[in-house]
Amino acid sequence: MNNAFLVAPIIVPLLMAALSIVVRQAAVQRVLSFIGLGVALAAALTTFIRVASDGEIIVSRLGGWPAPIAITLVADRLSAVLVLIALIVSTVVLAFAIGQRAADERSSFYHPVYLVMVAGISQAFLAGDLFNLFVAFEVLLMASYVLLTLEGTNAQVRSGTTYVVLNIVESMVLLLAIGLVYAATGTVSMAELPERLAALPDGTAMGLQLLLLTAFGIKAAVFPLFFWLPDAYPTAPSSVTAVFAGLLTKVGVYAIIRTQTLLFPGEFSDLIVVIGGLTMLVGVLGAISHSDMKRILSFHIVSQIGYMMFGLGVGGTAAIAATVFYLIHHIPVKTSLFLVEGIIERDAGTSSFSKIGGLARRSPMLALLFMIPALSLAGLPPFSGFLAKFALIRAGLENGRYVIVAVAIVVSLLTLVSMIKIWVGIFWGEVRPPLQEGSVGLLRHHRVMGVSTGFLVAITVCIAIAAGPLYEYCLEASKQLLDLAQYVSAVRSS
Amino acid sequence: MSAVEMIVIGVLFASGAYLLMERSLTRIALGVGVIGNGINVLIIASGSRSGQAPILGRSGEFADPMPQALVLTAIVIGFGLLSFLLALAWRNWTISEDDEVEDDLEDRLVARRDAAKDSIDQASGERSS
Repeated sequence: MNNAFLVAPIIVPLLMAALSIVVRQAAVQRVLSFIGLGVALAAALTTFIRVASDGEIIVSRLGGWPAPIAITLVADRLSAVLVLIALIVSTVVLAFAIGQRAADERSSFYHPVYLVMVAGISQAFLAGDLFNLFVAFEVLLMASYVLLTLEGTNAQVRSGTTYVVLNIVESMVLLLAIGLVYAATGTVSMAELPERLAALPDGTAMGLQLLLLTAFGIKAAVFPLFFWLPDAYPTAPSSVTAVFAGLLTKVGVYAIIRTQTLLFPGEFSDLIVVIGGLTMLVGVLGAISHSDMKRILSFHIVSQIGYMMFGLGVGGTAAIAATVFYLIHHIPVKTSLFLVEGIIERDAGTSSFSKIGGLARRSPMLALLFMIPALSLAGLPPFSGFLAKFALIRAGLENGRYVIVAVAIVVSLLTLVSMIKIWVGIFWGEVRPPLQEGSVGLLRHHRVMGVSTGFLVAITVCIAIAAGPLYEYCLEASKQLLDLAQYVSAVRSS
Repeated sequence: MSAVEMIVIGVLFASGAYLLMERSLTRIALGVGVIGNGINVLIIASGSRSGQAPILGRSGEFADPMPQALVLTAIVIGFGLLSFLLALAWRNWTISEDDEVEDDLEDRLVARRDAAKDSIDQASGERSS
């Protein structure tokens, strides 16, 4: 078996999860979680360095079976960077969750389930065939169902039900699509599919593509399949919402990118641009209409997904490179916003504007931790969001897509408006709840949470500082995505 | 694929989809089970003509073992999903004494706020005219 280290980000968290279920002692579980994530992170870093240095595609066939039978794992530039960033973010969020000491982290099931979810996310990014991708989706979804409803309160069960049912329907559409793909082409390997799908009659290929897009679209929460997200995410504990917001929808986006570049290159790109525009617009309008921080942030996820669809729909090396850059920037930014919200909620018990205010006076540091990712998300220079949006809009203009560019700029402004709404509602104004002895310097009481949030915010700043090399990398990743022959020959010759 | 298989798949999909649209969680769970089996039958049917052995034992025609392997995995996953859904329905029952899927409270608050604003606007409009 060659390149066995590729399997580490999947298998090590799973093993630790199994051990963790047996042990059940909080302290040991925490150590096991960090060991699992640490080993996975080291493997992901090795993969990333190898892929980044010489641009090869690393392929691993589990068990040494020949190509069509073995479970194939493939790491190209896109997969490698996503696995790396997903593992970094999930490690930071785990530290935050331990610092938060919420009820769910104290449950002896939190750690194993969290590790299983991380394994599922890594597997989804590395999957080399459609069915393996489906299994990865199921692994991470199943874990997410449990995390979302771990406390079993009324609100969690109510919104958890919508989430679970919607995602089960998504799984079924995906399974149906994969079954039909197999029936039509006789394979589910992503390396064999491009050739065989191209040989299919147009109508059949179109049907398969739309089925796959619907399934991944529900997962990625694009218009009009987004409505479950702002309903379900806010009820989970903040650390859980943070990792959902940062990673789960992005797995759907990743799957759409794969489908659109590898399996059906360039098909239906106009449809995707339109969907992208509507997703941006509807998401941000939803965000403006709410007055609870967690809700607003949840609607922003939807809106931001629209930008990625926009880049993907426009197509071409520059636009897809911008999409990849957007994806990389979005994961830590969105997660850190939810972590800030988590600190506020931990302190005040709510994140609704009607109950808190004047936090900037109580904790200027926390206000800063919010402001950097918030302005970045809205796309203000010099933060990473500005660079990501600039790259997208430039690619859009080069391709003559003026309407969608205009929509993207308007949505940026509206995002800023809703961020200002949070700022005015929570950080300015009368100090609520009223100041007491020791309630100034809020982060001093929540040191672990503060440090982990600060670390993530520092990563977003680093993305802005290292934007040049990172964009180069994204450009290479985009070239690799558009070069089907390289992917196919790398998998075949492994 | 024979006509019988097609009809079976169609009926399973139709009844499953109908059940999924209900508001009661137990029916949704049943719908998930029914439609999941529809998909399983579809995948099996896509792999072979009915009645053939799945594995190559001797020479002659044999059915493609791949869809059967896929379905085996899908059945296990479907079982997990269904049991989680039933657990959720039970929890829902113990909390609220029914198993209906409720509306989103926050959404209703936003809707109510807008409705209240509209009626105030209307009232002030009538007064000024």
